[in-house]
Amino acid sequence: MDRFRRFLVSDHAAGWAFILPSVILIFVFGILPILWGLILSFQKAGLISPEREWVGLSNYAKIASDPKARQAAVNTIYYTALFVPTSILVSLFIAHALNRRIAFVRFYRLAVFIPVVTSTIATGIMFLWLFDKNYGLGNWLLGKVGLGPFGFFEDPNQAMIALVLMTVWGWLGFDTIIYLAALQGVPQELLEAASIDGASRWSSFWRVTWPMLGPATLLLVVWSTISALQLFDEVFFVTHGGPLGRTSVVVFYVYRLAFEQGLGSLSLAGYAAAIAYVLFLVILLLTLAQFWLGRRVVHYSS
Amino acid sequence: MNVVAEAPVRTRPDPRSLRGETGVVERPRRRFLPFDPWHLFLAPLAAVMLLPLLWMVVTSLETEAQTFHFPPILWPGTLRFGNYAEVLGQSAFGTWFWNTTVVTVTVVASNLVLCTLAAYAFARIRFLGRTFVYFLILATLMVPLQVVLIPTFLIVKELGLIDRLGALVVPNLVNVFGIFLLTQFFRTLPIELEEAARIDGASRLSILLRIVVPLSLPALATLAVIQFLWTWNDFLWPLVTILTNQDAFTLQLGLATFQGAHNTQWHLVAAANIMSMLPMIVLFLLAQRYFVRGIATQGLKG
Repeated sequence: MDRFRRFLVSDHAAGWAFILPSVILIFVFGILPILWGLILSFQKAGLISPEREWVGLSNYAKIASDPKARQAAVNTIYYTALFVPTSILVSLFIAHALNRRIAFVRFYRLAVFIPVVTSTIATGIMFLWLFDKNYGLGNWLLGKVGLGPFGFFEDPNQAMIALVLMTVWGWLGFDTIIYLAALQGVPQELLEAASIDGASRWSSFWRVTWPMLGPATLLLVVWSTISALQLFDEVFFVTHGGPLGRTSVVVFYVYRLAFEQGLGSLSLAGYAAAIAYVLFLVILLLTLAQFWLGRRVVHYSS
Repeated sequence: MNVVAEAPVRTRPDPRSLRGETGVVERPRRRFLPFDPWHLFLAPLAAVMLLPLLWMVVTSLETEAQTFHFPPILWPGTLRFGNYAEVLGQSAFGTWFWNTTVVTVTVVASNLVLCTLAAYAFARIRFLGRTFVYFLILATLMVPLQVVLIPTFLIVKELGLIDRLGALVVPNLVNVFGIFLLTQFFRTLPIELEEAARIDGASRLSILLRIVVPLSLPALATLAVIQFLWTWNDFLWPLVTILTNQDAFTLQLGLATFQGAHNTQWHLVAAANIMSMLPMIVLFLLAQRYFVRGIATQGLKG
């Protein structure tokens, strides 16, 4: 037995042979881009053209005075501030509703989960049609209750809210699955004890269940924030940043600089890489801050 | 099947309960209604979640004139399945579908092989640098594609893969999330069987194939469906790497282009959209358990 364990301890060649294909791929496509991105952000560089000229920090300096970059930042913050609380609170309520043994509950769960597997483009098509200004079901149904008509994606003031509604629809299933799993981890003894002590449903939810959901909530806040800051597909496909640039978010602006305007002779890839790197740092800092805050507020049971 | 033993993290709640065996504290309640009052929330919720999909199905069976009618025609009378044939005739739908299938199947298969090999080494073999390499590659999970889009594009361009299906396959041959998922899982397996086989002279590869893999089928299925979902629905990466070559379009790229070209022919766009979603929805209905487990695990990786 001892010899076996010693053999296990010394088996360097076998270990590396097993991981080598993965390590090479992850190095080339996972680690190298992080380093190259940093280098690019200090260069005036094109995507197709071979131009590479060191410009120091001037790409970063340029961001502050670029009104379109500022607009993209404002739009991204606006979207995140709407999307994160909405999707989390709604999914918490849905998970609570689905966490019971009643008829059709499997069907209800299925209905909530199905958008998780529909692609962003498929979702975009469905909502472009649903929210069509003239012929959409949305305006017709809202008209029935005396609202509208709305311009939705075509109205500069409503486009972002329509995007939030659409992406919340797509994300609810994901959040709900995580909350449902967490709700089912709440020990029944605690709820029974609270009930015996005369706690109302409302207070036993807030005093017992909600604290137990802390880790799940923290995780969803972090995840939703990260994914909201990276919003791209829906903006590219549904609104293309419009109307009047009101839905142009950071990743969309980066894409636009590098891949739409920058494909020709313009060398905007370095500048775009600098914006992307700033976004990366913001995401990193926000994530660390959320976890730091979470450790002080969230209760971990074990 | 012992579901609890599959849990990659010990605190994971029992996934059986996600299948309808939940225990909410039952207490006697006054009955106003002949059914549980939660149906009053859940039934409209299910309707709202399914509405965009159902409306797309209805639209795909209407004539062009019927789609331009307000108030909307909720049921077209005669169902025009001809719209589907028209999409197949007017577009390269077959090519897009084939490309997506080839890319997805290759990526899923290679992930199953490479992640299994690497995860087994990280979980069971002690070799120089194991912990360092493991945490280094896990750290790349913190960096989303969106923020390293430009350097990753440049690397793929250097490899001469732009406008080829290889651009969609090669960078995704191995996924760090899959290595993480399987490493966590393998660590929960009892080591005694492997030690016994080792003493009997079995090689590591045959231990992996004969003992570890058969015990890990649920975890491998979870990885397979999640990877399938990501690859099938991916849009951003195909968008930036398949620039001009329409023969290498994926379903999502083709669908987005088709909608752009036929943006007022909603009966055709709807039919194309339904056809693009169908495989994913069927897979979801067949393997719902693995999707739910995969998402709950994704949630736990943070």
